[in-house]
Amino acid sequence: MSAIKLTIDGKELEVAAGTTILQAARELGIDLPTLCHDPELPPNGACRLCVVEVEKAKSLVASCVTPAAPGMVVHTESERVVRVRRSILSLLIANHPLVCITCEQTGSCKLQDYCYRYSVTENEYVGETKELPLDSSNAFFVRDMTKCILCGICVGKCQEIAGAGAIDFTMRGFITNVGPAYEDKIEDSTCVFCGLCIDSCPVGALVPKALIGKGRPWQVEKTKTICPYCGVGCGIYLQTRDNEVINVRPDFDSPVNRGHLCARGKFGWDYLQSKERLTTPLIRSEEVFVAVGWEEAFGLIVDNLKEIRSSFGPAALMGLCSPKASNEESYIFQKLFRSLGSNNVDSYSRHCHAPAVEGMTRAFGGAAMTNSMEELVSAEAIFLIEADPLKTHPIIGYRIREAIRQGTCLIAAQSEDTGLSDIASYYLQIKSGSAVALANAFAAVILEENLYNPKFINKRTEGFAAYSSSLGPEVVRRSLELTGINEEQLRSAARAFATANSAAIVSTAGGVAQEGGSLLVTALANLALLTGNLGRENCGLYLPYSENNLQGSADMGTLPALLTGYQPLREKTVRDHFSRAWKVELSEQPGLSAAALFSGYGNKTVKAMLVMGENPAACGEHREAVTEVLRNLNFLVVQEMFMTETAMLADVILPAAGFAEKMGTYTNVERRVQLNRAAIVPPGDARPDWAILTELAGRLGFKWEYESPEDISTEIAALTPQYAGISYERIGAKGLQWPCPHSEHPGSKYLYEGRFQRGLGLFTPISMDDQAKLLFSYEENRSAGKKTLCNCLSDSMRNRSVISKL
Amino acid sequence: MYEKHLMICGATGCISSGSQSVEEALIEELEKHKIRDKYRLVMAGCPGFCEVGPIIVVYPDEVFYCRLKPKDMAELVVKHLVGGEIVEHLLYKGPDVDAPARFFDTIPFYTKQKLKVLRNSGLIDPESIDEYIMRGGYSAFTRALDLEPPAICAEIKAAGLRGRGGAGFSTGLKWELALQAPAVKKYVVCNADEGDPGAFMDRSILEGDPHAILEGMLICGCAIGADEGYVYCRAEYPLAIKRLKTAIKQAEEYGLLGQNILASGFNFKIKIKEGAGAFVCGEETALLASIEGKRGMPRPRPPFPAQAGLFGKPTTINNVETLANIPLILKEGGVAEFSAIGTEGSKGTKVFALAGKIRNTGLCEVPMGITIREIIYDVGGGIKGGRAFKAVQAGGPSGGCIPAELLDLPIDYDSLNQAGAIMGSGGLVVMDERNCMVDLAQYFLSFTQKESCGKCIPCREGTKRMLEILNRITEGEGKPKDLDTLDELAHSIKDSSLCGLGQTCPNPVLSTIRYFRTEYEEHINEQYCRSGVCKALFHYRIDQERCTGCTACSRACPVNAITGVKKEAHQIIQESCTRCGSCIEKCPQDCIMITPVGRKADVSN
Repeated sequence: MSAIKLTIDGKELEVAAGTTILQAARELGIDLPTLCHDPELPPNGACRLCVVEVEKAKSLVASCVTPAAPGMVVHTESERVVRVRRSILSLLIANHPLVCITCEQTGSCKLQDYCYRYSVTENEYVGETKELPLDSSNAFFVRDMTKCILCGICVGKCQEIAGAGAIDFTMRGFITNVGPAYEDKIEDSTCVFCGLCIDSCPVGALVPKALIGKGRPWQVEKTKTICPYCGVGCGIYLQTRDNEVINVRPDFDSPVNRGHLCARGKFGWDYLQSKERLTTPLIRSEEVFVAVGWEEAFGLIVDNLKEIRSSFGPAALMGLCSPKASNEESYIFQKLFRSLGSNNVDSYSRHCHAPAVEGMTRAFGGAAMTNSMEELVSAEAIFLIEADPLKTHPIIGYRIREAIRQGTCLIAAQSEDTGLSDIASYYLQIKSGSAVALANAFAAVILEENLYNPKFINKRTEGFAAYSSSLGPEVVRRSLELTGINEEQLRSAARAFATANSAAIVSTAGGVAQEGGSLLVTALANLALLTGNLGRENCGLYLPYSENNLQGSADMGTLPALLTGYQPLREKTVRDHFSRAWKVELSEQPGLSAAALFSGYGNKTVKAMLVMGENPAACGEHREAVTEVLRNLNFLVVQEMFMTETAMLADVILPAAGFAEKMGTYTNVERRVQLNRAAIVPPGDARPDWAILTELAGRLGFKWEYESPEDISTEIAALTPQYAGISYERIGAKGLQWPCPHSEHPGSKYLYEGRFQRGLGLFTPISMDDQAKLLFSYEENRSAGKKTLCNCLSDSMRNRSVISKL
Repeated sequence: MYEKHLMICGATGCISSGSQSVEEALIEELEKHKIRDKYRLVMAGCPGFCEVGPIIVVYPDEVFYCRLKPKDMAELVVKHLVGGEIVEHLLYKGPDVDAPARFFDTIPFYTKQKLKVLRNSGLIDPESIDEYIMRGGYSAFTRALDLEPPAICAEIKAAGLRGRGGAGFSTGLKWELALQAPAVKKYVVCNADEGDPGAFMDRSILEGDPHAILEGMLICGCAIGADEGYVYCRAEYPLAIKRLKTAIKQAEEYGLLGQNILASGFNFKIKIKEGAGAFVCGEETALLASIEGKRGMPRPRPPFPAQAGLFGKPTTINNVETLANIPLILKEGGVAEFSAIGTEGSKGTKVFALAGKIRNTGLCEVPMGITIREIIYDVGGGIKGGRAFKAVQAGGPSGGCIPAELLDLPIDYDSLNQAGAIMGSGGLVVMDERNCMVDLAQYFLSFTQKESCGKCIPCREGTKRMLEILNRITEGEGKPKDLDTLDELAHSIKDSSLCGLGQTCPNPVLSTIRYFRTEYEEHINEQYCRSGVCKALFHYRIDQERCTGCTACSRACPVNAITGVKKEAHQIIQESCTRCGSCIEKCPQDCIMITPVGRKADVSN
């Protein structure tokens, strides 16, 4: 691209061809007013406020849509320009209720700011004004379309980014409006309440209900932190006033969400202020809970744990750690139990993701999404199989939509329609439970048509011979029966996948704790290996987790047999290393997994448990058995925000702080370690989990000297190779993706460049019989309502939030 | 072989004045005399003279019968068809002819016309491809097949053809840009979303000569390397759509559309997209959005359609009349023939739709450069009822008015622009002394205001405020500074609107202020509408000296607001008068006058 020289307001500059006058002016620091411009939407040119005078041009031009041309001489604030801007602003306020006194947007309203800037005070054009009913029927936000200036950004966000298509322009001329079809209420539309429209509205037409009357922009504190729901880890700003959260706005600079959110992030925070929050330690006395002070609660816990440990041995102690706990909390949680001599540390809700963990570990040696979400946008093809990311991980859904807009070929194989089915290049409507058969048939076609990547297979993998011999022509034939699609559909889609220079695979089936999930993950890993779509940019295997710190929790060693960074406990050098660092002796006896505990193997040895933020009694398929195990314990301590099903069974309940009330780091699905900051103080006597654990450890006789989570993170970096270069200082606004082995390392966008964690990538054949069985098991599970991604922890938050109404 | 061909005007204008029942009566009469198969009856295209419809032209005699009623058919059959004698009283009569006139040579409406674009309209059966071919149709296309694309563009450029849809951009240049755009897939779009009030030349061409459009599109396809075309036609033109469909089907059957056309290797198909009634869809980018299935809203240019148009592909969009000119230029010797007509900057002919207070309403095709006076007085037959000409609104809602002092202005793109009007699609709305210019501005602005797509602020909000001011002025609530406000708003809107609709919609206001400022000032300062249109701003007054007491007015008054004894001067009770105008129409003495409201003293008592 050649450079273009132009002059703006007397200053010469050079810009790349295709740069608009607006962009060029902004490079010079000239603040051109805009109302309808949004950098991620197609050029709109509607508000005309950004008009500038170009010498020799007949009329004024809209700078947002006019490309800079060589030799252009531009005046951005000439008399003619200012006259038109004033005229436009006068016209706008003539049809805009001037209720700035009570309007929530006052202080951050662009219309107000520009009227101030151009001294547009009086209403020159008195006349008819819009009279439109207020739409406040939904639980989330108010639409006051009399304030709407029809910039169209909300329409663009809804249609282009979120793909909800809930709103569009209606009518024409002076009565033009924005809204759902047939003037329906927003809740009767296809709105998903992602809030993208609200956060991009330049005026006060769209206002979250929770915000109304709660504070002016200048009275509100803003704290940059991370959304606590799914594993995407969106950057958010908590808006608080008087120790109360009143709104959430997306972080437009976050590399994860780039200003996008979903309903959970935008509206799901109100559980923090739920009346059901626990605010004081509680101990069981007879059949009721009695509020006590921390001193008494700690005393009881220390006494019981010590006694049980001395009577039954350290293996009688077990800890369950939540994948919603921060990295620091997860780390000291497992440190505490290992220091007490027990390796019985696990997370039960991670169990739901066991298929993804198992499948990926077998194939690659590590269980993390291989590439970053942003890379999806640049992938040549995306193979979406049994996943509905617009629902489960909306940001990933938005990225896939963006990719399609830029020409990516989407191959969607789904047993149920999703918001992405319609825009897929290849839509394979498969029978439920036949995803493994389809993935295998893809592989069979790719082999048969010689579309695989022999160079990658030879250099980077093992097990190919056995794998390829398992994929005879009968695989294709059989898969057509199982999936219900025809051969042409299968072959053309498989070809599109295999011939793309970079193809990513996205599935959430790995989050469904059942046999099929594990097989599917294996089949997909095979497919990625076969086509060499690993170890480089814009491809890879995406099996996103459903909880915000499921990745980080595992990274921190809340696993019975693995220490931080997946260092095996069984290796003496590892144990010795940690023993020295922690100044305790580590047991070599492998710990008990949560699954083993609850399936009945462990309930005889484990006598006391500490459950931090987990709710196993309400999670998964075996709730009754879990409850039985917990009930039979001698002593159960639960750290919780709410009286959950698990807390109900406890002997001592400790009130815990929520995410907005504490500091810590979380690691998202793309291994990005991000900093969460405290915005408010916890209610009542509630304390952050890290503080509770540190205090408890001290009372149990360990000399931890953590003043803050940051102190803990320094220790994590010292003991965890992948996190070695990560510190609070370096995380900054964008986070750092592990592996980050030293303090100069920029972090890693994708994994396995040159080498898999296990050395070579492993092909694992899947038998035909297994595939056939699946059809049956899926159908069974479906009828039992188990097909959705496990979200039991998020549920305890969601159920106490307005988003439970969605 | 038929003895005679009877071309019955089957275009929308004559159908609405009853040509279908005339046809039925004619068939009935022919069957009664058992001579039905001797005569060929064709529901043909529009011969242009809508004022005098329904029309039948009898060939080969070239006799033009007009203002026909079904009851006239018996006489026509017996006298002319059987007896071979012209039915005099069914011929054209008017103040502009001394005796009943037969056709082209003698009807003044036709004598100054040059029928090029309308060459086939009314002459051939629009549903017969054979008749189009017999008149030389598709020969320009076959010639184009042998030419290199740049050569085709060069010929169009050399001919000097400018777009007939409004802005008058060079068609050849437009094609050249699309030809140069690097893409495999390109489109040709015919803009048949004719929406200006009073303009209907595109409809007539589509109804009367649909193959000319297909041929024009085919040539354009050859020229720019497109293999697919769309005709975007408003759904309010059902007959045009029907004839287009028939024409497309015939062309496909003849191998003139489809794959490997005439073994040339050239492929082309044409689809029809019906508009949904939005005026703004005549704007090219909104039109493209509409074809794509989106809301018809303009988008900023660049990129121009020639670079990224329909579905993002290079696209040429031409208006119907422009395309109808293409076969004329591309035929052997066409360039010279075309450019011989017209002026230096505006070549060829232009079809105008005459409407309003003109005697001969209808379509006329005249050479560029003809004066307004010639069109109005020679072709149009002057003003109805012999009143004085006041102004003509040229170019529809985007155009402007041209006053009597500019009657000798030659009609071409540049002269019209200078006068504050535009060529536009060629609608001419003629006004006499009984048209109020403020009311005219208000009418066109209320149209554009309703049809504004609502996207950009100046157009959406600004036109509303201008309209409110005009409404106030016509209701007598005008303020002295209103004219300045109108002027300021108009210029802001023109200067900053997104699309052509917004950029031109203040023109009717600006041009009426420019030429009829005193009328505005009278409205504002004296609360007086001299034309007797703005009902709050005048009174009817009976001239007591001249009134003969014939009672014609009091009998016509629907609200009994006129009193008076027979043979004595009458009076109007102003409190009751609704200013409906019935009395002034009926008064044989012309003694009812339009006076300012305030001058009560003048009203006799």
